Order: sequence, then C-alpha cells, then structure tokens
Amino acid sequence: MIRVAVGKTLGAFALDIAFESDGGVIALFGPSGSGKSATIGLIAGLTRPDRGVIALDGRALVDTAAGTFVPPHARRIGLVFQDAQLFPHLSVKHNLLFGRWFAPKAERRIALEPVVDTLGIGHLLDRRPGRLSGGEKQRVAIGRALVSSPRLLLMDEPLAALDAERKQEILPLIERLRDEFGIPIVYVSHAVEEVARLAARVVVLAHGRVAAAGSVEDVFGGSVAQAGESRFRRASFVTARVAGHDETWGLTELAHSAGTIWLAGRAGPPGRDCRVVIRATDVTLATERPSGLSVRTVLHGTIARIEADAGPLASIVVDLDGHGHVLASATRKALDELRLAPGHPVFALIKTVALDEQSVALAPASAPA
Amino acid sequence: MDLTPEELTAVHLSLRIAIVATLASLPFGIFVAYALARWRFPGKVLLDGLVHLPLVLPPVVTGYVLLLLFGRRGPIGAFLAENFGIVFSFRWTGAALACGVMGFPLMVRAIRLSIEAIDRRLEDAAGTLGASRPFTFVLVTLPLALPGLMVGSILCFAKALGEFGATITFVSNIPGETQTISAAIYTFTQTPDGDAAALRLTIVSIVIALGALVVSEAVQRFANRKLAQFE
Repeated sequence: MIRVAVGKTLGAFALDIAFESDGGVIALFGPSGSGKSATIGLIAGLTRPDRGVIALDGRALVDTAAGTFVPPHARRIGLVFQDAQLFPHLSVKHNLLFGRWFAPKAERRIALEPVVDTLGIGHLLDRRPGRLSGGEKQRVAIGRALVSSPRLLLMDEPLAALDAERKQEILPLIERLRDEFGIPIVYVSHAVEEVARLAARVVVLAHGRVAAAGSVEDVFGGSVAQAGESRFRRASFVTARVAGHDETWGLTELAHSAGTIWLAGRAGPPGRDCRVVIRATDVTLATERPSGLSVRTVLHGTIARIEADAGPLASIVVDLDGHGHVLASATRKALDELRLAPGHPVFALIKTVALDEQSVALAPASAPA
Repeated sequence: MDLTPEELTAVHLSLRIAIVATLASLPFGIFVAYALARWRFPGKVLLDGLVHLPLVLPPVVTGYVLLLLFGRRGPIGAFLAENFGIVFSFRWTGAALACGVMGFPLMVRAIRLSIEAIDRRLEDAAGTLGASRPFTFVLVTLPLALPGLMVGSILCFAKALGEFGATITFVSNIPGETQTISAAIYTFTQTPDGDAAALRLTIVSIVIALGALVVSEAVQRFANRKLAQFE
C-alpha cells in the first residue's frame, strides 16, 4: 500500500498531491505539465519534497517532519521510464539481472525466466540495447524493473514514445504482468485508453493538484472533460459482458442492458466482463430508433446532463438504462435543433468500426471490473 | 642508430615520468571531472579555473609555483617530506608531478565531457534498481565514460612526454634524475658537439610521438565502435 501526501515548489510550478492505493494498478492521469512525472520522481526518491510524507506498506520513505529520507536504492521501487534508459554497455541479459543482484536474497520473488517468457524477449538476451527496436527496448526496460522484485512498480508513460502498433503489442503484456506478478503499479499516462485498460483506480492531476480520484468508472463515468483534454480525447467507459463472437463477419457481441454493442475483431472469452472505451466523437445521438443506417450499435438511454460553454461544441452525458453512462459530443446547434435537454430519451449510435478489441479492457479473472 | 647510455637514460626517464604522471593523475582527474560535471558546490568556478590554469600560464610560471609549494621549504613539500618521506625537488618524481600538473587540464576536460554526455537518468535507473551511488559510479558511470578516460589519458601522456618549461624550472636538468628527452635535446643544442646527439633524440621523439598517435587513433576507433554499439 502506498500513501502519498507531498508538496514541492519547482520554480513557478507548485505540486501539492495526496492519494493512496491499496494495490492493483492506480493511474496518474492528466495532461503534460500537470505534475505526473514530478510525482513519480518523488515516489522513486529521485527528488525530495519540500514537505509531506510518502509511505510504502506502512514504512515511511519520506517524512519531512521527522527528517526521514530513504535514498532511491534502498526503496525497492521499480521505475520504467518513457524512453527505456537501458544500460548501453551491458547485454540485455545483464540489464535484466542488474537489479536482481542488489535485491536481498530473501526478497528475490521474481525470477528471470517467467519475466522473459511473459515479455517474449528470450531471443534478445545476448544482444546490446543499441540494436533493439523501440518496442523491444521498452519490453526489456519493463523486465529489468520487474526482475529487481520491486515492492512497487512505477511506470512513467511507458508507451508514450512508441507508435500505435507497438503500443498495442505492449499494452496486453502490461495487463498480463499486472495479473501474473501481482505487483502494485502506479501507472502514469495521458492516454484515456491505457488508463481504462490497465487501472482500477485513477487520480486525475491538473496544475499540480488532484482534480479527481476514485474508480475509473466513477472518475470517467460521466466525462473526462475536466482533465482539460481536447474533444478527441474525451471518452467514456461502458461495462458490458462478452456475449459471443460472430465468426462469419468477424465481430464481437457485447451484451448491455441498453442494447447490444458490436465491435470489430475478436475480444475476450464469452461471459467475461469488460470495459469498453468509447470516444465521445464516435457517438451520434438520435431522437428515434434509426433505420437504413450502417450503424449496428444502438443503445437507448436518457440525457442525464449537458455540458456546454460558449464554444460550438457540447458534451452530452447519456444515462444507459441505469447501467453507466456514455459520453457524446455534438454541436450546440444540433442540440438546439433537436431540442435535446436533460430527461429526454435518446438513442446513442456507435459505429462498429470505431470499436475493436483494443478498445476493450477485460476484467482481471480474479477481480470484478 | 645507436644511442649513448646517457641518451638512453633520457628516453627511459621520459617514458617513466610520462607514464607515472598519467597514472597518478588519473584518479584525481576522474574525481575532479566528476565533481565538475555532476556536482554543484561553492567554489566550483574557482576549481575549474585552478585546473585550467596550467593550460594558460607560461609553463615556467607553473614550474616556479610548484617550486614554491612543493620545494624543500615549500608548505606542501615540507609537509610531505616530513610525514611521508616523499621528496619532489630535483627528483624524477618532481618531474612527474610537473608533467602531471601540465597534463591535468587536458585529462579533466576529456573525462568531464564524456561524463556530461551520460544521461543522468541512466544513473537514476541504476538507483531505482538498488545500486547505491558508489555502485552506480563503478557499474554505470565509469564504463560509459571509458572513451573519455582513454582519450584523456593519452592526451595527458603526450603532454607529459613533451613537457619542458615547468619541469626544468621545478626540478632542473639533472642527467639521470630529471633530464628528459626534451631537456637533453636542449642541453645538446647548447654544447659545441651536441648536434648529432640532439638529432638522434629528435628522431626518437618523433618515433614515440608517432607511436602515441597510432595508439590514440586505435583507441579512438575502439571507442567509436563501442559508442556505435551504444546508439
């Protein structure tokens, strides 16, 4: 369990953060400059806070009032950087084993082999980091942090430097690590999809402060607009159950009480709960059930809330039959012409092509989503 | 080409002085370079200036300052002689000290540049993996600074081999003790029949210099290859 309550002033930027996590994956979410990486640096011990406490499993790592400061090497907290930071003069194998050597023998819980297997880096062991691709480097970096058997793993935007394809390759690996090795993770990201797939809880940071905190559904349930993201980053999360796979057309059917959600590709075993990320710009609203449209997913609900300012756009929160919310983006003009207001029944249309297996976070087999 | 015993002694002495000067400077060079590259402390500018002073001062002045400090009656010289029995004045060790001091700025510069080129987050990464500062230094910083260490050592060695002004001012020109190749050539050019001896030693100097260049080139290539692996 990690408990953070710290303050630090860096020039004109003031950081004042407090949150705790009981394990699993907690995400620090927010735009760049919101203080995510600064928080990671404080937890790892690379920087000292001006005031406050950071405690891991009840042991104070920093306590400015008591004058406690545990240096990074004694914290046993793994850190995965955005840009791998592998040791260029060591082979992949020796990079992986670097931290293991320093871990006390009794605490070497994580062996090299399972990590190498999970990450699929067995064929790279004898190579030098210089010859690896970006995705390979990042997998080795994740492995290196794991093999040191940390008590907490910090991941500072580990996918941000990778292209979309590499991201989709590594994201499932991180999901597997989360489920197989059971290390608490603090995951920093400004990508909604990553947070939705990996984290159970999220702390939203803005301007060096905690803007919101709680379960992913609660925090992002209505809207993530408060995180100051562009409209293309606004998204909502709908929890559904995998109903089956349509092999003829290559689609996956998700059951939700408000309607069937179709997505392109094959996701999860039937019966498994999952969380679908739906971008607000992919949702169209209709006042009656449409016909003659190519859209397959039609969810019925009622408008719960409309968020609009003087700009041309509005965010509409639609209550889905009492089982979560979906966020839609529309122009204020459209709202006006359709006379949409809170309480109105509407149909939320979602293009199947906008959703695929990458939009789906399967609930860990052990814990409910 | 046969060298007289006297000339051989000068060659032998020059090599010994240059090698000792380089090896003895190395630990100090690494320490100062690391401090200048990584630490912030009061007096950093002063230390930086002090290290570079021999590069800009007339060598004779450096030699004279060494004489004042490390001479028999100098504060440091007297202390070292009394407590450790280390005597510099008019000894080959003094010549090595003078050569080391003259080569020091070149050495520090090369090592400092290579340390500054190391991404500090690599050292941070080592820290989060459990390596304390000394371990991080030995396992990460030093190996990555190896090209700079080699280049700095070769520069220091070359400088030491050619040093003349500071050495002759500090420890004089005593055959068999402090008379290096440079000092010997100077002596021979001042004697009526010394032309042939001066020429022979000049050829030896050129051979040594060329040899050092070849070695440095090889080291450079090796370092570049290493660095290419790192990229």
